[in-house]
Amino acid sequence: MHPVRKQRLILVCFIVVFSTLAVGLVTYGLRGNINLFFPPAEIAAGLAPTGQPIRLGGMVVEGSVRRDPESLRVEFDVTDYQATVTAVYTGILPDLFSEGEGVVAAGVLDENGVLQATEVLAKHDENYMPPEVAEALSQAHDEATGS
Amino acid sequence: MHASEPRHRSGVALKRLKLFLPLGLFLVLGGFLLVGLRLDPQALPSALIDKPLPSFSLPALGQERVVDQGMVTGEVSLFNVWATWCVSCRIEHPFLTELALNGLPIYGINYKDEDAEALRWLDELGDPYRLSIVDAEGSLGLDLGVYGAPETYVVDAAGVIRYRHVGVVNELVWAQTLKPIIDELRREQRAGDRS
Amino acid sequence: MIPEFGHFALIISLGLALLLSVVPLLGSFRGDQKAMAMAPSLAIGQFVFIAIAFACLAWSFVADDFSVALVANHSNSLMPTVLKFAATWGNHEGSMVLWILFLSAWIAAVAVFSTALPLVLLSRVLSVLGFVAVGFLLFSLLTSNPFERILPGTPQDGADLNPLLQDPGMIIHPPLLYMGYVGFSVAFAFAIAALMGGRLDASWARWSRPWTNAAWAFLSLGIMLGSWWAYYELGWGGWWFWDPVENASFMPWLAGTALIHSLAVTEKRGLFRSWTVLLAIFAFSLSLLGTFLVRSGVLTSVHAFASDPARGVFILAFLGLVVGGSLTLYAFRAPAVQSRIGFEWVSRESLLLFNNVVFLVATLTVLFGTLFPLITDALQLGKYSVGPPYFNAVFLPLMALLIPFMGVGPTSRWKRDTGRRWLQELVAPAIAALIIGVLFPFVYGGEFNLWVMLAVILAGWLALAMLRDLYMRLRSSRWRSIPASYWGMQAAHLGFAITVVGVVLVSQYAVERDLKMRPGDVEEVAGYSFTFNSLEPVQGPNYVADGANFTVLRDGKAVAVLQPQKRRYLASGQVMTEAAIDAGPFRDIFIAMGEPLEGGRAWAIRLHYKPFVRWIWAGAIAMAFGAFLTLADRRYRRARQRATAPLGGGLEAA
Repeated sequence: MHPVRKQRLILVCFIVVFSTLAVGLVTYGLRGNINLFFPPAEIAAGLAPTGQPIRLGGMVVEGSVRRDPESLRVEFDVTDYQATVTAVYTGILPDLFSEGEGVVAAGVLDENGVLQATEVLAKHDENYMPPEVAEALSQAHDEATGS
Repeated sequence: MHASEPRHRSGVALKRLKLFLPLGLFLVLGGFLLVGLRLDPQALPSALIDKPLPSFSLPALGQERVVDQGMVTGEVSLFNVWATWCVSCRIEHPFLTELALNGLPIYGINYKDEDAEALRWLDELGDPYRLSIVDAEGSLGLDLGVYGAPETYVVDAAGVIRYRHVGVVNELVWAQTLKPIIDELRREQRAGDRS
Repeated sequence: MIPEFGHFALIISLGLALLLSVVPLLGSFRGDQKAMAMAPSLAIGQFVFIAIAFACLAWSFVADDFSVALVANHSNSLMPTVLKFAATWGNHEGSMVLWILFLSAWIAAVAVFSTALPLVLLSRVLSVLGFVAVGFLLFSLLTSNPFERILPGTPQDGADLNPLLQDPGMIIHPPLLYMGYVGFSVAFAFAIAALMGGRLDASWARWSRPWTNAAWAFLSLGIMLGSWWAYYELGWGGWWFWDPVENASFMPWLAGTALIHSLAVTEKRGLFRSWTVLLAIFAFSLSLLGTFLVRSGVLTSVHAFASDPARGVFILAFLGLVVGGSLTLYAFRAPAVQSRIGFEWVSRESLLLFNNVVFLVATLTVLFGTLFPLITDALQLGKYSVGPPYFNAVFLPLMALLIPFMGVGPTSRWKRDTGRRWLQELVAPAIAALIIGVLFPFVYGGEFNLWVMLAVILAGWLALAMLRDLYMRLRSSRWRSIPASYWGMQAAHLGFAITVVGVVLVSQYAVERDLKMRPGDVEEVAGYSFTFNSLEPVQGPNYVADGANFTVLRDGKAVAVLQPQKRRYLASGQVMTEAAIDAGPFRDIFIAMGEPLEGGRAWAIRLHYKPFVRWIWAGAIAMAFGAFLTLADRRYRRARQRATAPLGGGLEAA
């Protein structure tokens, strides 16, 4: 074979092998490592999978934050004014976490419909609401008005 | 020589085509970015701008009467969505009080709140509102498309919503946005009265 | 007056940039010497006026001119002067001015240092850079005017700078990052000029290399500082989050790394020419894409600026124009610059090709992960988020694949080498690295740990192969005759090994505990005992804080007294966690206050033990230092004297 053509062949093989590898890595990386956002109404309607990582977003219900006296375990309710879902988290809550404010909790939904959160993110400043929360709340509005 | 020429030429064309690959990929990416911009999660629709205040008939906070949209219009005023559960409302409260003291009519929309707590809050912090409309169910809020509290609407003398501000009203927001709009609306109103 | 003066200077700068982007370019196609010769003076003039504009803005901040909206929104009279100055770029509009200032500084530097370049090439390079400057100046003036006044109604005091940004790290992190971002515009301009002229030779590569290395070094330092800042300022001890904004700076870095190596091949062997040009376009495009992602609000992140759709549309349009235009030019002109020589598989060229493929794939996978939420949202598949596990799963294997070849690189020869020689040269470092790697987890951690073993084997292999090559060189030639670029390469590759060790050891051996503690409590973490002595209120210049006092003991001996704080900033009411860190070369001890419990009698406390965490940043500093070192290479100075040397002039020793 012509040396230049041979070189091209090796190059093509190399690219094919490498891109297969890369695509494989990406697929593997994406599996189980991306999580879908659910507002409380969809979780209450049974649309969210249990045992898989998801994110839950809404407002922390006023007066719903319950702390365990012995540990850092904390329970709170998240609402989109249509349905309410309870989340449980052990650890330090972010500085901006507070009742009546927007929150996003990532974790796994258990059989009782309680979110076992591994991460809690609060809204970033006084005028900002996590966009997903804003959208979920506005959808709840739309559904409530039947539009 | 002649036989191989077409093949050679198609090879060149293919090679040329390959060079357009980066451009093609970029165009696809650019398309997604453009759609992404439109999806801009933080842009709030302002469907009610330049539309009249939705009609309602709700109780006034701490009073025995029911108010409707006709009773709260007639001059350029602010409608402020507030609630005792809203932390930011407490922050803007002193500034609203200051504005009210200077004679600006402000109406409150007490959003998804308890009457007793709301009255206690106004008792403690002062009451900048001409009156507060009790929107316990959030129905007026729904009609207005309220995302959360605080939100503030500028309504002109004819009862048409002219501007919506999401978030805290403070000195800066007032000086940069709200005041110019209100001044302009008042000028319009005066001009309209004269003619 | 001063702000108006600054605004005016900004407009003049735009005018000069417009001239720069048009006149010399037209001149270069018409052969008009006079028009081309105008380029350097226009470049310098444009820099002077943007510098004046920046000085005016900084003055407004330092002098507390709250009639300027930007100052009123992002500064406060209580802040120390240094922070007021830094607040100039702690916001979208001001950071844009800083960005343009640096871009203009690079342009002026090219104008000053490239007098030996052929005039046609120089005028085209400067014109392309001028065009980029026009884009950003228009962006600043049309969508984000930094000098806007609030008159009347000037507030008494400013709204304060976001407390997260009130920090020394913040004073230098963005400037370095921007220096890197905009630095790639020089390599880009060289690439576009080469495509226009259809001529790309070794001297072209030799001209682009120092600029690219410098930009890459700045970007490395900027990313490293950002990581360090997040570590001590965000209050939870993380140092890399794969956050969209971090990725926005990391992608140009990855593409830039590929570009640096590809440029080496183009300079030494005249190969990969059109590929190098494509990478130069790619690296700068990713810088622009990063700007778009950070400033348009399409992705949410802790670092993002407040968004404004108009800004997003502008940057996207500019991105489309620059990237679309240059890729179209590439598609038509690439055959003119393509290399026609083949190369052997067992050679340094092929190793560098492998480097390029790995870095390109890494860039694309990071790009894919960053944009995945946007794509699924656009296709209405739901609101997904892609977390660090994805990036780790994809990125780490790629880097692991890279290192075995990195060890061979410096020893390998250009043109043709033999596998047998590689084996002879490198069998000793390989065996030594294997032994160290297998023993290390047992000696340090007391038990087997697969990831630590792999990381130490790989890093050890890289470091030992590098050091062996250095030793051989020092034996065969005099110390002074070794070129600066070789020392730079050594420093950067050793830095990479150091970072690898830091990253893997801290992820494997860190101990992180979140506990509820009352004053008087003692806790044991990783062999250190932490005593919570007391809680006291602290009064700062523009904040009040709850302060805790901890004594850290090891084997009964005092190691450190640490005083973390929970601050509440007065002007904005924002709450901030101020971690207390006892840093060391082999371990950090990190304490941060979470939230008050039981009405403030107890606190949620983070106690972290982080071994080798400093190595991550030390390695990054070594990489940046190495890249700066290459600038001292005599070859580049000689290139200034005979810029038009024909291809093949660069075939001397590496």
